[in-house]
Amino acid sequence: MPKITIDDKEISVEGGTNIIAAAQRLGIEVPHYCYHPGLSVAGACRMCLVEIEKMPKLQTGCSTLATEGMVIKTIAHSAKAKAAVQGVLELTLINHPLDCPVCDQAGECGLQDYYMKYGLYNSRMRDAKVKKEKKASALGPHVMLDQERCILCSRCVRFTHEITKTNEIGIFNRGDHSYIDVVNGRSLENNYSGNVVDICPVGALTDRDFRFQCRVWYLQESDSICPGCSTGCNIKIHFNVRRRHIAGGRRVQRLKPRFNEAVNQWWMCDEGRYAYPSIDENRITTPSARLAAAHQRMDWRDAIDQMALALREALAAYGPESVGVIASPQLTNEDLYLIKKLFVDVLGIAAVDYRMPPNRSAKNDDFLLRADRNPNTLGAHLIGLSPFGKEISTPRILEAAAGGRLQVLYVFSTDLVAVYGEAPIANMAAHVPLMIYQGTNHNRTSTLAHLVLPAAIYAEKNGTFTNYAGRVQHLKPAFAPLAEAMPDWKILCKLAQALGHDFRYADEEAIFEELANSQPAFAGITYAGIGSHGWPIEKERVLSFVTA
Amino acid sequence: MLERVLTKNWEKTNSHKIETYMAGGGYEALRQVLTGGFTPEQVIEEVKKSNLRGRGGAGFPTGVKWSFVPKDPSKPKYMVVNADESEPGTFKDRYILERDPHMLIEGLIIGSYAIGAKTCFIYVRGEYYHPAQVVEAALAEAYRQGFLGNNLLGSGYSLEVFLIRGAGAYICGEETALLESLEGKKGWPRLKPPFPAVVGLYKCPTVINNVETLANIPHIIRRGGQWYAGLGPPKNGGTRLFALSGHVNRPGVYELPLGITLREMIYDHAGGIRDGKVIKAVIPGGSSAPVLTAAEIDVKMDHESVAAIGSMLGSGAVIIMDETTCMVKALARITKFYAHESCGQCTPCREGTGWMLKILRRILQGEGHADDPDHLLAIQGNIQGMTICPLGDAAALPVQSFVTKFRQEFDYHCVHKRCDIESACAVPA
Ligand SMILES: Cc1cc2nc3c(=O)[nH]c(=O)nc-3n(C[C@H](O)[C@H](O)[C@H](O)COP(=O)(O)O)c2cc1C
Ligand code: SF4
Ligand code: SF4
Ligand code: SF4
Repeated sequence: MPKITIDDKEISVEGGTNIIAAAQRLGIEVPHYCYHPGLSVAGACRMCLVEIEKMPKLQTGCSTLATEGMVIKTIAHSAKAKAAVQGVLELTLINHPLDCPVCDQAGECGLQDYYMKYGLYNSRMRDAKVKKEKKASALGPHVMLDQERCILCSRCVRFTHEITKTNEIGIFNRGDHSYIDVVNGRSLENNYSGNVVDICPVGALTDRDFRFQCRVWYLQESDSICPGCSTGCNIKIHFNVRRRHIAGGRRVQRLKPRFNEAVNQWWMCDEGRYAYPSIDENRITTPSARLAAAHQRMDWRDAIDQMALALREALAAYGPESVGVIASPQLTNEDLYLIKKLFVDVLGIAAVDYRMPPNRSAKNDDFLLRADRNPNTLGAHLIGLSPFGKEISTPRILEAAAGGRLQVLYVFSTDLVAVYGEAPIANMAAHVPLMIYQGTNHNRTSTLAHLVLPAAIYAEKNGTFTNYAGRVQHLKPAFAPLAEAMPDWKILCKLAQALGHDFRYADEEAIFEELANSQPAFAGITYAGIGSHGWPIEKERVLSFVTA
Repeated sequence: MLERVLTKNWEKTNSHKIETYMAGGGYEALRQVLTGGFTPEQVIEEVKKSNLRGRGGAGFPTGVKWSFVPKDPSKPKYMVVNADESEPGTFKDRYILERDPHMLIEGLIIGSYAIGAKTCFIYVRGEYYHPAQVVEAALAEAYRQGFLGNNLLGSGYSLEVFLIRGAGAYICGEETALLESLEGKKGWPRLKPPFPAVVGLYKCPTVINNVETLANIPHIIRRGGQWYAGLGPPKNGGTRLFALSGHVNRPGVYELPLGITLREMIYDHAGGIRDGKVIKAVIPGGSSAPVLTAAEIDVKMDHESVAAIGSMLGSGAVIIMDETTCMVKALARITKFYAHESCGQCTPCREGTGWMLKILRRILQGEGHADDPDHLLAIQGNIQGMTICPLGDAAALPVQSFVTKFRQEFDYHCVHKRCDIESACAVPA
């Protein structure tokens, strides 16, 4: 652990730590463009120059590793380094267009930020800027390139070389005529392409779906977990609820990965990143009942009463075998815990499952994306929602429904039609007196249901998911549920109360406390402990439940 | 009579043939090393004793460089010959390649043996088509004689040599860009450390040596390091090939001992300034070396003496300019070269070289501003010492030295919007 001094402050760091990272730990900023902790060191932008005692030349903070006794001065303490960095910044900017107002990166641009912090000089550039050919040219399905804004930091090149190993991007030509482009007319098309936008420090690479939709200073952000697969990438939801005239009133403007060393590091996949429109589009907004062909909007109170009545009658007349529940690994641990508590423990219903036959076309991609496109499969299992062990009971529940043996079928956020096809599910719906669909978005299954209930979507939810590796992660609500939607657990509490059971929880944390106290896999875990980076349930513990 | 070491065969007919080379004692040194019980360490010792310093530009002691190669046998080691010779004014290596290629080949074999390399690459400047053909033919001769290939001279030591031609980028003469190019990648210099002696070609220990550097090795082995060191002043062993160009009566390559003065070189050897004109300036070590004024030509041409007056011996390319030279135009031409050849990897060099060129061109077009010379000095100051590889310094140093030492010419251009030298300055193409 070399001990070093940066700007008169001492710190011990692990061997192999570079000066930028060491300074960061002391709260000292060493400006940089090309360095990214997730990529190899390029040493190209030359913005991270620092003065090191006994070295005649300034050194780059990215490529210089801390060694015992090193005494470093950053631009805050070294006039020499400061002048150099200012000089490099000037050179970085001479060929850059000076039209921030029409650039979509404005407000989150490395050039703007450093110019305001370290620049503030008057331009000495009198000569014509180098012209680059491509303006707003699509590199692939998601990413737009503006060559003249590129500062040639090579982050995007290194990303496609080192992380995705797809090598779509390269730097061509030489000197100040160097430019970024796709190699041999290829397209930047891989499931992680959106990450290059995140790491591009300037407005050269932008998201095709986000650019010019919303100025970034109108955005608010909130921590969440991507529900796209069982990895559970840590994300930030960037949203706008104050200016509803922007982007057609859509609340979510984009998703960004949130660093988590143990899960997704700095990255997320395109499938997860670009799934956000479903948060605002095609949502189920009110409870409704199907009368003849059309759905008729109804009151929450009436909807709950109708469900309670139907359940009461079914249980009284036909017993617990007459009710089936299809839960969903899209739900949080808290939701699933209440499903189990109400239907299994209190009402004694056995036909409760959350599993669907596996989708064979979905595969792990050896990086982040997992074949299991649900965020909480392991959570559902650890809560004890796999009543018949390894055997998936969903098909049996549906069979019972189709055979007229169920009085009530309660489906949570699962598009059965997408899996089994329209005809079998329509047939089944015709044979159940009450089919309830509780979910976030309309789909062909909700259309067939007799009673449809609007559930809050993950961006509106507080709660936890357990990812495939057993890491319990916390998602926080970015904003309130749309229209009349409610979190699943609240709907369940109302139903339980209507059935005469005293389900009362102050909030999700209270449910989680009860869950942690009652389900051995979650013993000892608290929201505080989960924090922003998750709580890993030990592997042995996970395995003991999975194989049990 | 000055002793000619490297050039003694150049005037002979068929000087590039192996028979000619062997008739003059060629490959005797190799025989001595491989069959005379020389260990690699002894070879390195002898080279250290010779005070041979790299002829590629940096002047690093060759024996010391060789000794940095780790002895650990777990990784292959490589010897790379830098025959990229592209620094403006430099044209000495091509004579060795064309006129005495076996001297280089013998040197590279001994060098490879010393560092434990079993493979050697000769990286030849793309435009050197003819020299490359001559070397290829010479390599074939050496293979036929058993000086290359398996089990050289029955010693158990084997060496394969490959000639690779560059594609025309000056930056590929920089040793780490050269390695990238050899690996089939874009010629972008690497960050140092690690140095190639430890992490080089294909991440293996690698020595890169200039053609002339290696051509000295057979002589050092045959006649001893001591003898070689004695040819020059302290710490500067041997003779050097100086490539003289510009306004002298007899431009060309001269083999002269290190430590000779520029004045002697120009007036005693190159026949003085053409047309009886007055000397104005000299670039002593290739276009990247800071320019010297006429008042500085009594400097001794060894590394320390030239460094002491703020320039460098570099590649030994001496460019002489007489009183008719417009220094603004000369600098614009040099700067054009570096702006064109900057690989573009790091910001100061990529952006700064192009900017300096634009300013210089504008000055030549009669659109200079009074503060342009100061801007030039500021920009070069923001490049010098701030870049990944020395090309940045190579581009900055001429600007610094020209503008500082010939400031009145730059000011005159900026204020009067024209040149004060009779020959009109046209904008360089
Ligand atoms: C931009 C640049 C171009 C260079 N070009 C050459 C060259 O053409 N030939 C050469 O021998 N060395 C060249 N060098 C120097 C090499 O990097 C290296 O120092 C040299 O080949 C080492 O050989 P030596 O120790 O025998 O001199 C160049 C250096 C730079 C920075
Ligand atoms: S496009 Fe962006 S990330 Fe890529 S090199 Fe240019 S500035 Fe860097
Ligand atoms: S890998 Fe999975 S969790 Fe991560 S962004 Fe993609 S879908 Fe979401
Ligand atoms: S100094 Fe110039 S040539 Fe060298 S790496 Fe930087 S941009 Fe390339």
